[in-house]
Amino acid sequence: MSAKTKDKLATAVIVTLAGIIVLVMAGLLGFILVRGLGHVSFHFLTSAPQTIKEGGGIGPQLFNSLFLLVLTMIITVPLGLGAGIYMSEYAKPGKITDTIRLIVEVLSSFPSIVVGLFGLLVIVNTFGLGFSLFSGALALTVFNLPLMVRITEQGLSGVPAAQKEASLALGISKWKTIKSIMLPISMPVILTGTILAAGRVFGEAAALLFTAGMSSPRLDFTNWNPLSPTSPLNPFRPAETLAVHIWKINSEGLAPDAPQIAAGASAVLILMVLIFNLLARWVGRLMMKKFTAAK
Amino acid sequence: MKKSMLLVLTIILTLTLAACGSSSDNKPDNSSSAGNTSANSGKETNDKKELSGSILAVGSSALQPLVEQVSHSFMDENPKVSIQVQGGGSGTGLTQVSGGQADIGNSDVFASEKLDAGPAEELVDHQVAVVGMAAVINPEITVDNLTKDQLVKIFTGEITNWKDVGGADQKIQIINRPSSSGTRATFEKYALGTKTEDLQGAIQEDSSGTVKKLVKETPGAIGYLALSYLDESIKAVKYEGVEPTEDNVANGTYPVWAYEHMYTKGEPSEIVKTFLDYMLSDEVQNKDVVELGYIPASKMQIKRDVDGNITK
Amino acid sequence: MTQSGRKQKVKQHVIEEWTGKIVTSFCIVLLVVIIFSMVYFVATKGLSAFFKDGLKLSEIFGTTWKPDGEPPLFGALPFIIGSFSTSLLAAVIAAPLGISAALFMVEIMPNIGRKYLQPVIELLAGIPSVVYGFVGLSVIVPLYRDIFPGQGLGIAAGATVLSIMILPTITSIATDALASLPAGLKEGSYALGATRWQTLSRTVIPTTLPALMTGIVLGMARAFGEALAVQMVIGNAPHIPHSLFESTSTLTSVITLSMGNTVMGSMQNNVLWTLAFILMMMTFVFVFVVRWLERRAQR
Repeated sequence: MSAKTKDKLATAVIVTLAGIIVLVMAGLLGFILVRGLGHVSFHFLTSAPQTIKEGGGIGPQLFNSLFLLVLTMIITVPLGLGAGIYMSEYAKPGKITDTIRLIVEVLSSFPSIVVGLFGLLVIVNTFGLGFSLFSGALALTVFNLPLMVRITEQGLSGVPAAQKEASLALGISKWKTIKSIMLPISMPVILTGTILAAGRVFGEAAALLFTAGMSSPRLDFTNWNPLSPTSPLNPFRPAETLAVHIWKINSEGLAPDAPQIAAGASAVLILMVLIFNLLARWVGRLMMKKFTAAK
Repeated sequence: MKKSMLLVLTIILTLTLAACGSSSDNKPDNSSSAGNTSANSGKETNDKKELSGSILAVGSSALQPLVEQVSHSFMDENPKVSIQVQGGGSGTGLTQVSGGQADIGNSDVFASEKLDAGPAEELVDHQVAVVGMAAVINPEITVDNLTKDQLVKIFTGEITNWKDVGGADQKIQIINRPSSSGTRATFEKYALGTKTEDLQGAIQEDSSGTVKKLVKETPGAIGYLALSYLDESIKAVKYEGVEPTEDNVANGTYPVWAYEHMYTKGEPSEIVKTFLDYMLSDEVQNKDVVELGYIPASKMQIKRDVDGNITK
Repeated sequence: MTQSGRKQKVKQHVIEEWTGKIVTSFCIVLLVVIIFSMVYFVATKGLSAFFKDGLKLSEIFGTTWKPDGEPPLFGALPFIIGSFSTSLLAAVIAAPLGISAALFMVEIMPNIGRKYLQPVIELLAGIPSVVYGFVGLSVIVPLYRDIFPGQGLGIAAGATVLSIMILPTITSIATDALASLPAGLKEGSYALGATRWQTLSRTVIPTTLPALMTGIVLGMARAFGEALAVQMVIGNAPHIPHSLFESTSTLTSVITLSMGNTVMGSMQNNVLWTLAFILMMMTFVFVFVVRWLERRAQR
């Protein structure tokens, strides 16, 4: 076989394998959406689930997922930014920094079930926070924190050294340089990464089974007092997210239309992830334009 | 930028503090709910006292749908009460009620079967319903009846083909439960009368939904399910010639059933007691319990203790 | 800020400097505390089976899992084997696919690749594991049941589902590695008259091999720790299977299956924590392998 035919053959194989991925993906998406979308309606998205009757919706679960996302990001973003800034700007190269980097890496690849069990043991039982949104948010923070740190580091390392040095040379303190020069420049990268990280909150179920709980108490959507137990905004109530709901319906669902609900909820979940991906790209492009145009 | 950073940090701090604050506030709130009740009752002119407080019930995922449904109607009648029902399994329920984190521990099995004698004795049993179980097979199998002996032989791997129990020449596929499961414990105790080992290649699923799906789809499959999960997609077989129906369970002719327990640590507080009483009221027993496919505890003509001794 | 005095400016400077240091150090310390407490709690819980219940180390590596037996046996070897074989097989399936996708995006058709394939792969990463398990149970299991002997559940089904799940990890790391390759290296090869495949197989892939391996190992780590999707399609029999299509268990599946059914503090529950501890230790192993590979890549 000549080098030319070999080259053609190899190219064909690579293209075929890439094609297989697209096909698998298309099949997967098609399967979920075709089976699920037929069941999705306004009523389905807003009404509460039913135990045994038909026609249950996923309203509270959808809300819980979004609310949990917000809670998690409120905790994760500042902590992750701070830790990322430290790693990229303040940490002196050496044993300790190496160790911390290793720790961040370990944390990011921890099995979600171990995080969930840790949450059950420490957050839910020892701290007495019980099965609650807040416990869930803390567990998810453990996942997203290393991701956030890496994103921040990546963003900051993309800042041109000349800009940073110019600022420092003007006698501006390092902290101020970071805040007013480096962070804004790295914002597109950080923001895109953050939105993608946020999307992960949607899909997580194993850790939440043990921390945020598997039931959603009756919610009164007219009650916006965060301290009332029936208020949707109360972070200390148990909450079942969409992913956990799918798991629960699949395993113990008694409603006659349980398979359809699971399919519909899966489709909604995928659409949310899709929206997050598109949003991240759009925001990234927008920010990039804004910053490059302003300069 | 600096200000916004500070602001965010402040919010975090407040949140964390609030977290600590309210979590410590919550505890006395739970236990003093009885106190609240009497304080509130003065205001009410109705003869019905208005209850307030919160209840946390954790445990068996088989019992969860019932408790959840009943809690909704209970909360409709007592708007100031908040009841949270969590799954997580019988073991979790017993752990949490025994450790004081939950007010009620839902369980498929007697506490003494899971807990050590000490902590088990502190718990008070409330049997709210009975759940019957049936051996189910793939609908294409022609067998209708299995004797105890046949079932034992199937689940211990002695019989591996349906033709040995009167069916077609087809391999038996066992869809079992994990050895920690309460459903399996019940099935082994009352249907098989013996503990079985996990067979090589047998499938184990903890959730009834998955068991049902697999029995429905796998040719030659046998498993067991609570009566509430039965429908046309799978076939329930008779046990020793007795149909698995609610009546047969209630009158004692069909032996494969278990109590659904709601445990409290010591005597329940007033609000928990009211809820448990509501759970046992005719209104719930004849409506929700039946609707969800359980058998009302009140309908049972026989009683059975933890060792399986039956009294009329 | 103001011109009133040098001293004040210096003071402000120092304050700002310290605020930065303190705020960021606080964050990093918190991160370190989280991981240490996690390791500490899981380790104490996981080791209590040995110290409190008198489990012997040799027992946990036995082949019989019979927690209800007389005496109870806690041989976790089937789960360990199940975890390893499932994640290895998943990596074997996913690696050629992922690396091909990366080559396609970087070397063959960067335009089409970046525009269509990349978003597709990013989306794969975002699909929740529960949905993967659900699809696996509804599509892959019946398919395998019809084609192969057995019930369809088992290592093969688990590895198939996992391979799709870890594809994005492998692809994105491989893409980064290929894209960061100095252009001169490839151009030199092309200038010498080499075909594309010759360039790829003799220059590009050997140079980026450690980075490609990093992606594969990280993918394996993810597969190793995945719980819900695997539990739905693996079958969960606590035995070492005779074939890829026979029901077996992984470390994660036995934990999800039995953790809720057992009472905390009981021996079986403690052993489940031991399994979680093993799972955690495996994460360390994977991370160290990745580190080692990265160091080789830098050389």
